[in-house]
Amino acid sequence: MSAIAPASTRASGTFLRRNAVWWIALLCVLLLPQVARSGTSIAVLNQMCIMVIFSLSYNMLLGQGGMLSFGHAVYFGLGGYFAIHLMRIAGGGLFMPLPLVPLAGGLAGLLFGLIIGSFSTNRAGTVFAMISLGIGEMIAASSLIFVKFSGGEEGITADRTDLTSLFGIRFRSEVDVYYLIAGWMVLSAWLMYRFSRTPVGRMANAVRDNPERAEFVGYSQKHIRLLSFMAAGFFAGIAGGLFALNYEIVTEETVNLVTSGTVLLQAYIGGVGFFVGPIVGAVVYTLLQTLLSNYTEIWAFYVGLIFVATVMYAPTGLTGILMMHLPIYRVGKLRSLALPYLRIGIPALGCAIGVIGLLELLHFLSVRAVGQSTKRLFWLTLNVEQPTAWLVFGALAVGGFVVARRVAPSVLAAWEAASEQAFGRRAR
Amino acid sequence: MTAVIELIDLYKSFGSTEVIRGVNLEVGDGERHAVIGPNGAGKSTLYNLITAKYTPSAGHIRLRGQDITARKPYEINRMGLSRSFQVTNIFPRMSVFENLRCGALWAMNYRYSFWQDVDRLDDVNERSLRVLNDIGMLSRADVPAGVLSYAEQRALEIGITIAGGANVILLDEPTAGMNRAETEHTVELVRRITEHKTLIMVEHDMSVVFGLADRISVLVYGEIIASGPPDEIRGNAAVQEAYLGEEVD
Repeated sequence: MSAIAPASTRASGTFLRRNAVWWIALLCVLLLPQVARSGTSIAVLNQMCIMVIFSLSYNMLLGQGGMLSFGHAVYFGLGGYFAIHLMRIAGGGLFMPLPLVPLAGGLAGLLFGLIIGSFSTNRAGTVFAMISLGIGEMIAASSLIFVKFSGGEEGITADRTDLTSLFGIRFRSEVDVYYLIAGWMVLSAWLMYRFSRTPVGRMANAVRDNPERAEFVGYSQKHIRLLSFMAAGFFAGIAGGLFALNYEIVTEETVNLVTSGTVLLQAYIGGVGFFVGPIVGAVVYTLLQTLLSNYTEIWAFYVGLIFVATVMYAPTGLTGILMMHLPIYRVGKLRSLALPYLRIGIPALGCAIGVIGLLELLHFLSVRAVGQSTKRLFWLTLNVEQPTAWLVFGALAVGGFVVARRVAPSVLAAWEAASEQAFGRRAR
Repeated sequence: MTAVIELIDLYKSFGSTEVIRGVNLEVGDGERHAVIGPNGAGKSTLYNLITAKYTPSAGHIRLRGQDITARKPYEINRMGLSRSFQVTNIFPRMSVFENLRCGALWAMNYRYSFWQDVDRLDDVNERSLRVLNDIGMLSRADVPAGVLSYAEQRALEIGITIAGGANVILLDEPTAGMNRAETEHTVELVRRITEHKTLIMVEHDMSVVFGLADRISVLVYGEIIASGPPDEIRGNAAVQEAYLGEEVD
C-alpha cells in the first residue's frame, strides 16, 4: 500500500492475508487508547484521526489526480455544518444514531463536489488551482453572511448525547467518541485505497500523467477528474462530520482558507506520492501542533519552516525519505549510513538550535513585559539585553549551516553508494 | 462499401496559411495505408485532423460511414480508432504494465467503474500481458515508463495504441529517430500487430513503408498527388520529381 503506482502483480492469498496491513492498522487503532489513557491524549488522537481522513481525501486530488486545490476545506466545513444541523434536528427526537451522522457530512461533500467540480475540473493546473481558491474564499465569506445556516462567528453548536443511543452507547466519554472516529478513519482509508485501485482510480493517475493520452484511450479527462473530485469531497465531508460530532461545534474556521492550507501542508509534508504519505503528514502535523504549542507560541512558524524545508530538500515528503531507505534496509546496508548521517546530523542540529534560539529571543523581545529581561529557553535562563546569547545562537545557526552544506555532498555520495548496492543486488 | 476511413475535400488552414488543400482519401477494411511526403507537406496536420486533435476548416472525415468531424478524441477512440503520437506520449509515472492496462480499460467495458479492483480484472490483465509480450517488454513490466529508453517508449506507445483492441490504428512516424536495427524491429512489430486491422501510418522515411504498406499516398504541399500500390508509386514520375528526387540529391 506504499506507492501510488505499485507493482502490477496480483495480490494473492485469502481475504484475511491480502488485507493484513488493514487488520494490523485496525488492531493498533483499537489498542491505542489503552496506551494513551489521559483525556488530552485521547483528544489529540481524535483530532489526528479526523485529519488523517481529511488529508487522504486531499491527496485523491493532489497526489492521485494532479489537481492542486487551495479550497479543500469547503467540503470539510460544509460536511461539518450539515452534520451539526442534523445533530440538532436529531436531538429534537428524530431517529438518528450518532455513528451515522458523518455520512450526512459525506453526502454534503459529495453533492458540493459534484456542483463545484462540474465547472472546475475541465482542466488541471493553474486554472483549477485558481478556481479552487476563489470558491474557497467565496464559501468562507458566505459562512459569515448566511448567519442562519452558519451561526456567524459563534458557529453552530449541538449536543451529541441528545441523539438516539445505539446499543445503549450515548457517546458521553471521549473514549467512546474515539472508537467511533477511529472506526470511520479505518473504513474511510480502506475505501480510499480501494478506490485508487479501481479503473477510475488508475485512470486518475493516467490523467494526472498525461491527459491527452488518456483521451486517446477512451477516457474524458474531465469526467475522470470530476469523479476523483466528488470522491475527495465525500471523504472530506465525512471528516467534517466527525469534526462536528467530536467538538460539537462548527464555525467559519472549518471552511476557511487556513484550513485549506493546513490540509495541503499535511499532505505535502507527509508525501503526496504515496498512499500513506498524508497519514504520516496528518499524524506529524497534529503532534507538532499539539505538543509544540505547549512549549512555544510560535509553533506555526516552525511548521512553516518545516514545510519550506520539505519543498526544497525533500519534495517526496517524509514518506519519500523513508522509502528511499527501504531497499537499503532490505539488504542490510543501513548501518553504513549511520556515520555519514551523524556527520551531517550534528551540524544540522546545531543550526536548528541556533535558529530556534534566535527566533525565540526575537519573539520574546516583541512580547516581553516592561523591565523583563530574562527568558527561559531549553534549560537555560538567558538575558536578552546581553549580547552573549545572541552571539552564541547566531554562531550555531551560521556555523551549523555552513558545515552541513559542506558535508552534504559526501553524505549524498554515501547514500548513492548504498542504494546502488541495494539495487544491484536485487537485479542479480 | 468497405471504406473504413474516408476523407472528403478536407481543408485546414492556420491563419492565412493553407496546410491541407482538398484531400480526398479512402482506406479500405484491413488495408495498410501509408501517407508519405517530404518535410512540410502537411503529413502531421493531416494525421491530427483524422485523429481529432485539430478540426478541419472544411470537409468531412468519416469512420465506417459515420461522420467524425469535430468529435472529441475520446469519442473517436470509443468508435474503434486508436492513435499513436509522434512525440512520445505515455503515462511516465506509471509502470509499463499499467500503461498498457490504461489502454485496455475502456475498450473492455470497465469505463468509469469505481467499484472493481483492477488487479482482479483477469481479462484486462491478460490482454495487457499479451500486448506486453507482443511488444517484447515482458521483463520491463514493473519499470516506471518515464525511465525507459527512447525506443522502448516508442514501442510502449504503440502498445498502448493497440491495447484497446481497436480495429483502426493510426501511427505517426513510428520509426522517427531510430537507428536501422530499431527501425527494422519496429516495422516488424507494426506488421505483426496490424494483422487483419486497418492501418494508416504517416511516414517520412520511404524505405520503411515500401515493405509494409498495401497502398501508399503521396502528400505534397497539402495535396495528394498520387495514390496506389507501392510499385506503382515507385514508378510514378510526379512522385519521383516531388519526393524521390529530393532523396537522391
